[in-house]
Amino acid sequence: MANTAVADADSGLTRAQLAARHGLSVAGARPTLAAYVKQVWFYRHFITTYANAKAVSAFSQARLGQMWQVLTPLTNAAVYYLIFGVIIGTSRNVPNFIAYLCVGVFVFNFAQLVILGGTSAITGNLGLIRALHFPRASLPIAVTLTQLRNLLYAMAVLVVIVLATGEPITLQWLLVVPAMVLMTIFNAGLAMALARLGAKLTDMKQIMPFVMRTWMYGSGVLYSVKAFEQNLPAVLAHLVNVNPLLIYIELVRHALLENTVLTSPAPRLWLLAVVWAVVMGVGGFIYFWRGEQEYGRG
Amino acid sequence: MAELNVPANVATTAVGERIPTVIVDDAHLIYRIYGAGTGSAASPAAALRRIVRRQPQKPTLREVHAVKGVSFTAYRGEAVGLIGSNGSGKSTLLRAIAGLMPVNRGAIYTQGQPSLLGVNAALLGDLSGERNVVLGCLAMGMSPEQVKKATSEILAFSGINERDDFASLPMRTYSSGMQARLRFSISAAKRHDVLLIDEALATGDSRFRRRSEQRIRQLREDAGTVFLVSHSISSIRDTCERSIWLESGLIRMDGPTDEVTKAYENYMASR
Repeated sequence: MANTAVADADSGLTRAQLAARHGLSVAGARPTLAAYVKQVWFYRHFITTYANAKAVSAFSQARLGQMWQVLTPLTNAAVYYLIFGVIIGTSRNVPNFIAYLCVGVFVFNFAQLVILGGTSAITGNLGLIRALHFPRASLPIAVTLTQLRNLLYAMAVLVVIVLATGEPITLQWLLVVPAMVLMTIFNAGLAMALARLGAKLTDMKQIMPFVMRTWMYGSGVLYSVKAFEQNLPAVLAHLVNVNPLLIYIELVRHALLENTVLTSPAPRLWLLAVVWAVVMGVGGFIYFWRGEQEYGRG
Repeated sequence: MAELNVPANVATTAVGERIPTVIVDDAHLIYRIYGAGTGSAASPAAALRRIVRRQPQKPTLREVHAVKGVSFTAYRGEAVGLIGSNGSGKSTLLRAIAGLMPVNRGAIYTQGQPSLLGVNAALLGDLSGERNVVLGCLAMGMSPEQVKKATSEILAFSGINERDDFASLPMRTYSSGMQARLRFSISAAKRHDVLLIDEALATGDSRFRRRSEQRIRQLREDAGTVFLVSHSISSIRDTCERSIWLESGLIRMDGPTDEVTKAYENYMASR
């Protein structure tokens, strides 16, 4: 074992040349985009298992346990019913206001929790990142899936509320599925973009709650944004109309409720929904991939 | 354990040249730590003053230069011990070799994907031991069928079920020794080209340590390279024939374990 003491027993090669000669690769190098997509697909079982585990462990310390998956949206709806249905007693000229409100709250909540979770997807999991090797995009994608799972419970509650408020079951209800698929892609892209931003700018976690509150008022969650057009300059009003969260909320309302007043015609909303999903989904993924090798650093 | 039991055709090429598995070339590693604020930035007024005056160095951001230019080459079938006092950069270096932390300068080349087995390989504490095994195996890139097959083996090897059905309890209820045993068992379930072990065996009892040292030897015979960080010099002497001594982020000595550990022990005794 005498020769082990010599670190470089090679024939005058530099270390980089030696590495190339034996086919060694740079540790933690960023894979190509195509290879990265393949890796993420290969890790799909890890992503879904991790997302489910996170959803389950969120309630594991509560006495009622997994009941909270249904109780959370139910309580949410009850609070809004109490405030807007009973105390204020307003419908703000919206037919079936309670159902209208619940769609807005549940769908917006999905986006909000994904966005807040995505912002800390990297910074909150540094232990896992420094311990195990997996494509880091798994984390923001898992955040999205965890919240999608919560949304499905909320949707079950929503269907009950919608039926209880006297809406008929129609074929149009099926449109909820593509709307949710598009929104999930949009959310995943946004979660990935924010995960990278949040890893670089640690102040993001403080800023995001304010961004989300502003975004909520512009997304027609609690009221219709129709009135905005009279008060806002044309540019801003247009901006509100192409707001992706407003679009996804409106599409779900359009699918579930009979007499919804849309801000734009339905085909235009669908077109915008697809454009947002593609732009955010692909853009967010590429943006996240470009930072892949940086995520281990504190 | 004086000689390697690796067949010549595995550890060397046809011309008798040894095959490198890890090449570290002048690696520098710097940690960035936020929130390590000094007293001057403790109040909002001080923070504002700092921003207004555009002070170049952010006081809430500190940099720790953990590894300062380290170079070495490790070969197939080798077990390398890493020793050094606390904070000498051993764990950071292992993380970088595993590709979990990017180098700031220099380069690290590895064969395949090295696996790091550390004490703080945090899985989910709220989940049962069994769910953690499944999650850990999936994170190592196993397929669901492989995981299904491996799960019972891993639980048996870890021995956490010896007294009670601990596998179904949340992992946060485990003692640190049990957690370490389960984590080692998960990592050891897969064949690795390069396995990096960071103090992971320190908390297990003597029976488990024997079992795990045997498993490490087995992994090495599968033509792998093993790095072992430990403060237990006897465990380094038992498993490694080569040792690297790190001090303050620099290599102080690199050579046969006997010589390096002797020098290290003299150094520690003199302080």
